[in-house]
Amino acid sequence: MTVLEQPGAYRPTPPPGWQPRVEAAPLLPDAEPYRLLGTAAAADISPDLLIRLHRELVRGRRYNAQATALTRQGRLAVYPSSTGQEACQVAAGLVLEDRDWLFPSYRDTLAAVARGLDPVDALTLLRGDWHSGYDPHEHRVAPLCTPLATQLPHAVGLAHAARLKGDDVVALALVGDGGTSEGDFHEALNFAAVWRAPVVFLVQNNGFAISVPLAKQTAAPSLAHKAVGYGMPGRLVDGNDVAAVHQVLAEAVRRARGGGGPTLVEAVTYRIEAHTNADDATRYRPDSEVEAWQAHDPIALLEDAMRDRRLLDDEGVRAARESAERLAADLRTRMHQDAVLDPMELFEHVYADRTSQLREQAAQLRAELDAEADDSGKGE
Amino acid sequence: MTTAIGADTARKPATMAQALGRALRDAMAADPSVHVLGEDVGTLGGVFRITDGLAKEFGEDRCTDTPLAEAGILGTAVGMAMYGLRPVVEMQFDAFAYPSFEQLISHVSRMRNRTRGAMPMPITVRVPYGGGIGGVEHHSDSSEIYYMATPGLHVVAPATVADAYGLLRAAIASDDPVIFLEPKRLYWSKADWSADAPEQVPPIGRAVVRRPATGGRRSATLISYGPSVPVCLEAAEAARAEGWDLEVVDLRSLVPFDDDTVCASVRRTGRAVVVHEATGFGGPGGEIAARVTERCFHHLEAPVLRVAGFDIPYPPPMLERHHLPGVDRVLDAVARLQWESEWTEGSAV
Ligand SMILES: Cc1ncc(C[n+]2csc(CCOP(=O)(O)OP(=O)(O)O)c2C)c(N)n1
Repeated sequence: MTVLEQPGAYRPTPPPGWQPRVEAAPLLPDAEPYRLLGTAAAADISPDLLIRLHRELVRGRRYNAQATALTRQGRLAVYPSSTGQEACQVAAGLVLEDRDWLFPSYRDTLAAVARGLDPVDALTLLRGDWHSGYDPHEHRVAPLCTPLATQLPHAVGLAHAARLKGDDVVALALVGDGGTSEGDFHEALNFAAVWRAPVVFLVQNNGFAISVPLAKQTAAPSLAHKAVGYGMPGRLVDGNDVAAVHQVLAEAVRRARGGGGPTLVEAVTYRIEAHTNADDATRYRPDSEVEAWQAHDPIALLEDAMRDRRLLDDEGVRAARESAERLAADLRTRMHQDAVLDPMELFEHVYADRTSQLREQAAQLRAELDAEADDSGKGE
Repeated sequence: MTTAIGADTARKPATMAQALGRALRDAMAADPSVHVLGEDVGTLGGVFRITDGLAKEFGEDRCTDTPLAEAGILGTAVGMAMYGLRPVVEMQFDAFAYPSFEQLISHVSRMRNRTRGAMPMPITVRVPYGGGIGGVEHHSDSSEIYYMATPGLHVVAPATVADAYGLLRAAIASDDPVIFLEPKRLYWSKADWSADAPEQVPPIGRAVVRRPATGGRRSATLISYGPSVPVCLEAAEAARAEGWDLEVVDLRSLVPFDDDTVCASVRRTGRAVVVHEATGFGGPGGEIAARVTERCFHHLEAPVLRVAGFDIPYPPPMLERHHLPGVDRVLDAVARLQWESEWTEGSAV
């Protein structure tokens, strides 16, 4: 069957017969971000899932606090905290099957840790150790990506490749509100929709791209609305409602796995901390705004809902906090050990085989290192 | 490992374009993980028809017409490579590859390195490059220096039909990303199998002496690659009348760079001219001249000269013949070597 014979294939036709290719209405997001906690539907969520989400949220917040402290101690070069956004992180980390892939950005260490990555390995990029401290294939987590939105086409390509191979693998790609302005965001969504690739895009709209508010980033009604232009559904969700984010993502993952194509999810949340430890957030936003969002805290929202259903008591909260303290203590101890890096490894992974030029340069560095070792030996 | 075209003469492609198409076909037949993607590569067979017939033979899943988006093409190829495929990307023209540079430089070139070897990127990016076909603006750039300046990429440019086949097979088989520069003005050049014999192409990274100097007193090496190689061969013939014995080295690969073959030649001849279409300032010739000078200084009887395109944006087609280094400009440079050599007569090492 040629392209021209495919049913529903888009072809410009003269205006009198013109019809939209697909109905736009089913693709449109809800007017309000979808909420689950505190609604009647919350009664149907599995208790096990809520308990897991709660534990990871509490651990996540502690992880963020510990990592931020490590920047003050000079152990991390930089840390973009996801405090306030833990619901998005945890839902993204827990929603996938083992065989699925996660494509995180620099702010998404927590999602990677929730997926099972060693907390120290997840931080090597940010401490100035090797760029990616883990083998991406092990937990199917792509390397944390710094250039904005560039990981999105990777997610599409991987999901597409998996489907070509007959594997029912889904890719979940994370991006910030600022990242949605990048060309790669557009190209990735377009490819995904045209190829009906099994991908889910999660935009964590935390209000700011460093200092620039959403209003200066886009004129769209919402970021979820952008989906319609590509021919995929857009979903708008309360990004601080972990159950809602998990449910919306789970539906999108199911749809992708079943051959229904990609979904764009916008989670409306807020970055409580500054962009990174190097940023001064007081320059671009009032404390009152932060406080208003703190009143809509993802952990408090979940705990209230769980207490209502008698799935959580003080003892449960204490147990989650203890687990979080153990995580933080382990992170502290291991991050306070100096990383041991072999400078000779600099030449090892540039190409499959070293070029003669790199062999020469490796020999030069080897000689410099030997001379250094000799010098320090003499000094003793 | 060497790449054979095969003994069957009937299978020999007649032009470079056909050789490239044959290489893609044979690679796809040999390895189901090889996928071709790009703009118009399917039904149309590419604007230069290099991918003609691939979609028919292997299906649209293996030879895919993508949306019109170079960053998207290369970015999705990264994801495909992550999942074990070998994408071969076609960029429609040299200057239209620029939107993909972010993906190329930030991810394709360094994914292996940043993951400490866990994620190689066996991607081949085919770029029809260079001028001489009367293309309008944005259809004739020589962008090799941008690629050369990016660690992690191999940069290859064939000059003969046999090399086009062999090097493309090698590029697709490589576990590293290869920028495969196709000299588009040689697309229709015919195979001269006697000149190309033996029909064996060594792995990426080996230069070849296309025309040896025979040991005449006034000798020099012309160092070149891609579309400038035939220019150098013609210049070498013409220079014989002036008493010059010119050796022509075809680099074939800019990265990795074959210092050994180049320097062995320059040590034999004592003089060198680098010839390419790309602009001279900050161009590949500067790097090559510096390498030759560093390694062969005591063998040189004249400074290493460069014959390059002017330092201008690629000119309109009606003027491109004034920009592209041709035989006369190469011969002028060779004549300047002579002056240097007479001046240093008798003082050679
Ligand atoms: C291509 C690119 N341009 C600029 C930057 C510098 N930069 C880092 S984070 C950032 C803001 C990103 O905002 P957003 O996408 O909303 O994500 P958030 O940091 O809020 O999670 C910028 C401009 C970058 N990393 N990549």
